[in-house]
Amino acid sequence: MGFFSDPISFLADWLTALMTNAGWPEGLINVIITFLGVFVVANFGMLFVIFLIWLERKLAARMQDRLGPNRVGPYGLMQTIADIVKLFTKEDTTPEGADKVVFNLAPIMAVLSVLLIWAVIPFAEGWIGTDLNVGVLYIVAVGSIGIVATLIAGWSSNNKFALLGAFRTVAQLVSYEVPMVLSLLIPVLLAGNMTNIPGLGVESGMGLGSIVRAQHNWYSIFFLMAPLAALIFFISSIAEVGRTPFDLLEAESEIVAGFHIEYSGAKFAMIFAAEFLHAFTISVLTMTIFFGGWQGPGDSIPLVGWAWFMVKSLIVYFLVAWVRTTLPRIRIDHMLNYNWKFLTPLALVLLISTALVDRIVVDAVDISMTQGQIVRTLSHLAANLLIAWATIAILRRRQAARPTRQPVASPRPVARPPEPETTADAPAA
Amino acid sequence: MIPLSWYLILAAALFCLGLYGMLARKNAVAILMSVELMLNAVNINLVAFWRYGDPNQVVAQVFAIIVFAVSAAEVAVGLALVISLYRNRRTVIAENVDLLRW
Amino acid sequence: MTALQIIFLIVSALLLVSAFMVVTVPNLVRAALWLIAALFMTGVVFVLLDAGFLAVVQVVVYIGAIAILFIFAVMLTRRVMTDSGPQTNANWWLAGLFSLALFGGISWILLGWDGANASAPAIDPGLDTVTRLGTELVNPDAFILPFEVASVLLLAALIGAVVVAWERD
Repeated sequence: MGFFSDPISFLADWLTALMTNAGWPEGLINVIITFLGVFVVANFGMLFVIFLIWLERKLAARMQDRLGPNRVGPYGLMQTIADIVKLFTKEDTTPEGADKVVFNLAPIMAVLSVLLIWAVIPFAEGWIGTDLNVGVLYIVAVGSIGIVATLIAGWSSNNKFALLGAFRTVAQLVSYEVPMVLSLLIPVLLAGNMTNIPGLGVESGMGLGSIVRAQHNWYSIFFLMAPLAALIFFISSIAEVGRTPFDLLEAESEIVAGFHIEYSGAKFAMIFAAEFLHAFTISVLTMTIFFGGWQGPGDSIPLVGWAWFMVKSLIVYFLVAWVRTTLPRIRIDHMLNYNWKFLTPLALVLLISTALVDRIVVDAVDISMTQGQIVRTLSHLAANLLIAWATIAILRRRQAARPTRQPVASPRPVARPPEPETTADAPAA
Repeated sequence: MIPLSWYLILAAALFCLGLYGMLARKNAVAILMSVELMLNAVNINLVAFWRYGDPNQVVAQVFAIIVFAVSAAEVAVGLALVISLYRNRRTVIAENVDLLRW
Repeated sequence: MTALQIIFLIVSALLLVSAFMVVTVPNLVRAALWLIAALFMTGVVFVLLDAGFLAVVQVVVYIGAIAILFIFAVMLTRRVMTDSGPQTNANWWLAGLFSLALFGGISWILLGWDGANASAPAIDPGLDTVTRLGTELVNPDAFILPFEVASVLLLAALIGAVVVAWERD
């Protein structure tokens, strides 16, 4: 493996050889190499955020017919770095009456919960922190640490708006975890049924590396087999990040800034960076689980696989940014109704139907062959389309059955000059 | 290698801490938290016996999963009761709730 | 003393300290945060016991759901949780004595039991515990009945919690 095709393995091998020649013990070398790997992955995430913030501001500006940052550096690329310098030189305040330890712990936990997800993400062939056999469950587990971070940030600030934000957090994030987990089970199920295909390398349905390898061809990517599950996952993970249209936990016009109202300086920067990195992380997860991860033409070279990974992730990230800049904030009861009365039942129906269809198809045809795999994809696609059609039909019927609203008042022109009084109506003097 | 007794002593200590909290605490929510500690101690015991008994049998892990389910159910109902109590009596102190009906 | 033993001692010390804080700290939100630490450390103990799946489930169920419910309940009832005055009842010393006696009794029994010093048998590397667990849970010859009973229990708890906490006008 040369440097230009697989720099990570090349550097790791080179360092290992260097340290072995220096006569260091093997255990110590393993620890150092692992530590360097963690360092690289974590810092890739944190440094990439600097670019992401610029990208999102630029995208939002163009969509809203503005210019966006354009003063610092070429195309305003250095703007974020200037912002970071500004944030780090600001006074680091802790409000009166706040629970100091908890208040300072919350931003760290927020960053931690996002960075921990990157430990199981496959960047390219062989570039993965650790291919846990329960990777999908691990992502859900780590995400719950983020909920705790938001909750304690809101509570410890000793501020009523922050506390309101924390209450909304529980209502929103815990609720949207349900459809997210249910929709994640569908790719797990699909990959789990491919574990006995020889030569594919799918070890367990829940590992992210295995899920990527299960989508080895264009006709076996899970978006084609479970488009509705991908959509549910995408929507509910946007809600998990707490971005528009689900930004109720930090709704600026209602509760000022929600749970992070009292944070300033470096601590605010950490919460802010965690949010942007989380938004990119959900793009990466959607791409990895439903769009085949790093796989693409020429992916046997890890660097090309990594390029596919970045390109696909940034396309999904564009969608996230697009949704953010386009949609208004949803009302809180609509948000809960949408989750419990629409997404969760739909995800349950999808899970059951996918399990049934997959059982029938896997028994009927040999999915290790190309034809069998295509039959499988087509039958899943047909089942999904049928469910989508049924959902739309049910929604139409409910819409028709809803009573039409009686207008309580007709609109009036606002500023009409008073009618000139006629002399006939004037009281006789 | 860690001997089995270390895990068992750890679980016993955790269980006794939970028991103390359950008996001594006034607040109903705190009592529920102590019950969670005791359930965790039981789970440590179950998993330790799985590992040191026959790892090829998964019976103990099934037990542990059932304990997870039971404790989730217990917390959901218990906290609903606490909130209902707070709403009706304006208290969550367990020893103030000693009437059978009101 | 091997590295594994040192890790076990650190983890169990952290677990016991967190558990002690849960039962003694007056401020209930802090107690809930210590509870999260204790539950997380229990997950680490599961990892030490080679039960990675249970460790992840522990974090999902306990920290993701139960601990958040606790914090939420504390916040909802916080008007009476002024955290002033003693948080323990009059019989706290009796409870402490009883717990200590129980711990002493269990330790005494364990010290006298010769199976307590057993070392763990090696795990067959081909054994996939997660798959095994999944098939056993839905196997009619194994654990499908407890599994179904647990699911009915969860449903009953779901409905029961809604009914109990329902605000009647």
